[in-house]
Amino acid sequence: MISRISSFWASDIGWSFRGSPVAILSAIMVVVLLMAALFAPWITPQNPFDPSELNLANGFSPPLQENPFTNDFFVFGADNQGRDVFSTILYGLRISLMVGVLAVAFGLVLGVSLGLIAGYVGGRVDSIIMRTADIQLTFPAILIAMLIFGIAKGVAPIEYRDQVAIWVLIVAIGLSDWVPFARVVRGAAMVQKNKDFVLAAKLAGQGPMTIMFRHILPNAMSPILVIATISLALAIIAEATLSFLGVGAPPTKPSLGTLIRVGQEFALSGEWWILFFPALTLLMLALSVNSLGDWLRDALNPSLKS
Amino acid sequence: MPVPVLSVRDLSVEIPSRYGVMRPVDRVSFDIAAGEILGVVGESGAGKSMTGNAVIGLLARPAHISGGEVWLMGQRIDTLATETKRRIRGRRIGMVFQDPLTSLNPLLTVGQQLTETILEHLAVSKKEARQRSIQLLQEVGIPAAAERIDSYPHEFSGGMRQRVVIALALSAEPSLVIADEPTTALDVSVQAQIIGLLKRLCRERGVAVMLVTHDMGVIAEAADRVAVMYAGRLAEIGSVRDVILTPAHHYARGLMASTPLASLGMRRLRQIPGSMPRLGRLPQGCAFNPRCEQATQRCRVDPTPTLSDDPNGRAACWYPLKGTI
Amino acid sequence: MRTPSEFTVPKDRRASDSLVSVLGLSRTFDVSPPFLNRLIERLPKRTLKAVTDVSFNVERGTVFALVGESGSGKTTIGRMVVGLMEPSAGNVLIDGERSGPDSRRGGVQMVFQDPYASLNPRWRVRDIIAEPVVAQGGKATGIAEQLLEKVGLSADDAKLFPHQFSGGQRQRIGIARALASNPKLIVCDEPTSALDVSVQAQVLNLMSDLKDEFGLTYIFISHDLTVVRHMADRIGVLYLGRLVEEAPVEELFTDAKHPYTRMLLEAAPRMDAFGREASIPIGEIPDPISPPPGCAFHPRCPLATEVCRRSVPAMQPVNKGRVACHHAL
Repeated sequence: MISRISSFWASDIGWSFRGSPVAILSAIMVVVLLMAALFAPWITPQNPFDPSELNLANGFSPPLQENPFTNDFFVFGADNQGRDVFSTILYGLRISLMVGVLAVAFGLVLGVSLGLIAGYVGGRVDSIIMRTADIQLTFPAILIAMLIFGIAKGVAPIEYRDQVAIWVLIVAIGLSDWVPFARVVRGAAMVQKNKDFVLAAKLAGQGPMTIMFRHILPNAMSPILVIATISLALAIIAEATLSFLGVGAPPTKPSLGTLIRVGQEFALSGEWWILFFPALTLLMLALSVNSLGDWLRDALNPSLKS
Repeated sequence: MPVPVLSVRDLSVEIPSRYGVMRPVDRVSFDIAAGEILGVVGESGAGKSMTGNAVIGLLARPAHISGGEVWLMGQRIDTLATETKRRIRGRRIGMVFQDPLTSLNPLLTVGQQLTETILEHLAVSKKEARQRSIQLLQEVGIPAAAERIDSYPHEFSGGMRQRVVIALALSAEPSLVIADEPTTALDVSVQAQIIGLLKRLCRERGVAVMLVTHDMGVIAEAADRVAVMYAGRLAEIGSVRDVILTPAHHYARGLMASTPLASLGMRRLRQIPGSMPRLGRLPQGCAFNPRCEQATQRCRVDPTPTLSDDPNGRAACWYPLKGTI
Repeated sequence: MRTPSEFTVPKDRRASDSLVSVLGLSRTFDVSPPFLNRLIERLPKRTLKAVTDVSFNVERGTVFALVGESGSGKTTIGRMVVGLMEPSAGNVLIDGERSGPDSRRGGVQMVFQDPYASLNPRWRVRDIIAEPVVAQGGKATGIAEQLLEKVGLSADDAKLFPHQFSGGQRQRIGIARALASNPKLIVCDEPTSALDVSVQAQVLNLMSDLKDEFGLTYIFISHDLTVVRHMADRIGVLYLGRLVEEAPVEELFTDAKHPYTRMLLEAAPRMDAFGREASIPIGEIPDPISPPPGCAFHPRCPLATEVCRRSVPAMQPVNKGRVACHHAL
């Protein structure tokens, strides 16, 4: 692991990383948020979704002030039910990141596989896959996600609805973001499949699966990585949007988007912190992931290399 | 002795990089007279194209001229302001590159590009400029020039396109033409046509030509004098006959001997062991010493020999060769 | 500098034993515009005849060279011989068996032109070299190391990646890969045209040595006559997809029968050519989609007559070779 890190540090990418303060700042931000989400149960002062830990008397405690009744102290304040906002944010971050990462992973596997097949096989198969992608692009991603979500909600029995909701969210967002992966992988496959090393592999008697996944895919990894990072930022925002609209993560398992939806009810009545801190966290998460993706795109772009 | 058209003195180019400062061109000196073709030959990475670009002032940052002088017709051009340099480049230096498509604008007809260049640099009327363009196209051997002048670059074949580029390079009546691998992308029969054309134009117009190529055969066919480059340095310079038949530098000899033609009828080709060192990893002393059969302690330790270390001024070598290969 | 008259071939010729038989090989490509464009602009379907009716034999243990300029179809023939491409007509027999996708059992291998594109940049050298063996389910332990030493690199290089090598070293790796499956025939497609002269000599020497050591047969595709002259036993000259002349190397270089061959020989740059006023070839290679009728070379040929414009000349034996010309010299 240590040797991996030091070899990254010495590589051209590492060189570009060291020269970019934005990239360093974004990376630190992402790591901090990731760690916070991962270790939420150990960091947070309370489990905000365990009713036994809550005290209604703490309701609407402002940030950084001692509650006069309970003498409890909340860094980011507490919401209407006396939940620590800091704790809800970290738990919400878990849901947001999990949905984002899994949705991108789903879109990536789907898009990369379809793109590889389209680019490598070509002809009619290519036309069918890429026209499907074109049609999908004419619908806004949110609309597709809401459609899938609506269908799933109607089909699933009521008692499972909250559990299913998260998975539906993942599939819905994943299904709406496979197209960029498919496009870029298809392009790379079309370039790589005519390279002599692919001819050599055919001559060696390798089958199409080996050629696609062992020869072509490794040479398309850089653009995939860039798109994955940028898609992650978009997926997190898409999840927040859906949850904000009430079709995403349920209030029993709130994501950042759900928290913002709940918080906005109190924004104009003076309890600003219930909205502000989740929104700020979402902003920082999306911004840092996105800037990391931007930097990665520039750093991996061969035409910008000297 | 008349002033040479191009005079390059101790020209060095440096590229700062994270691995340290690289020197793709290191203290290179040569002259080209009017009506003369100087062949600059070397393997990839020897610095031959970089030398050409430095002379024109077309170095891409962060590469820059770090020392030496470039004189064109008695005027020093490497220290000029960018704008002046650009004008000189268009007016007095013509350029021909390997890929003709890079020097032609695909959206303009050949005639538009030619007349535009002529109008910018010569005091003639529009009508005269078009007349001249047609003449130029005829001169470089484009059939039915008066009709083809209104064609777009993609409507020409590769060989014809390279002729158009040559016409374009000559349109402002330059005194120097720098041709960087002008025939490398062309077929053998077309290559012969382009070499013939370059030779004829050089002779008829008295233009000085710097012909950069990796192909010894092209040099032998076209050049009057040859400069052999190795690892950014000038290894040998002399008349084409001398350099090919009696090379003085051990590298030049290896280069001549390893062409299949020089080994006609032999079972094995003569070869130089190893390959040219990368720029960041030049050995101490003479850059060729690890591949040279006759290298001594002096070659490994002393600073790089220069042309002036050879009593005949031909080879940058402590022990220049005499006699035939 | 030697003159052509001193030229000798030190190879002894035994009774003919042909390894490769190419019989009436043709290949056309569909170069029509896309379906919708054809429909809207009412354009016809267009085909490109890349290779037309090419036949030749390659004797076991010899080097057969295919020479030609761009559009001559030499690479297409090479691809069909190794079975990477299906012929539109005709056959390739290797040891009496038809070459095709199923016959790629390692018996035929290929060395490619561009050493930067022919090695997967993400694979280690060990895996690259062993691929032809592994793909057939063979055991590949130690093969890469052994072959690396055979091609003049060191066994330790097996764990490195291609970008850690120079162009010449990469081409050696490509040769090692071609040897891994113990082939009888290797098709070399311009193996040295991307290399520098001094490195080219190393690679050509290596290929000669390996040929003797492993008893290989080469089909050597090149546009460079000087390289071909050094490597080949027999040469086939291609023009616009047709074989125009085929002869032993010494005969072709001293006594070419086809005017195109003569033009090529004359046009090739020579090392002893200073001040030579070469007779400059006329014209350029025509568009292969609509080649001239009759003999495709007739618009550039100094000997062309009416019959050349009308009919395609047939191959006729001359001395130890064959030529397709109405006015063979």
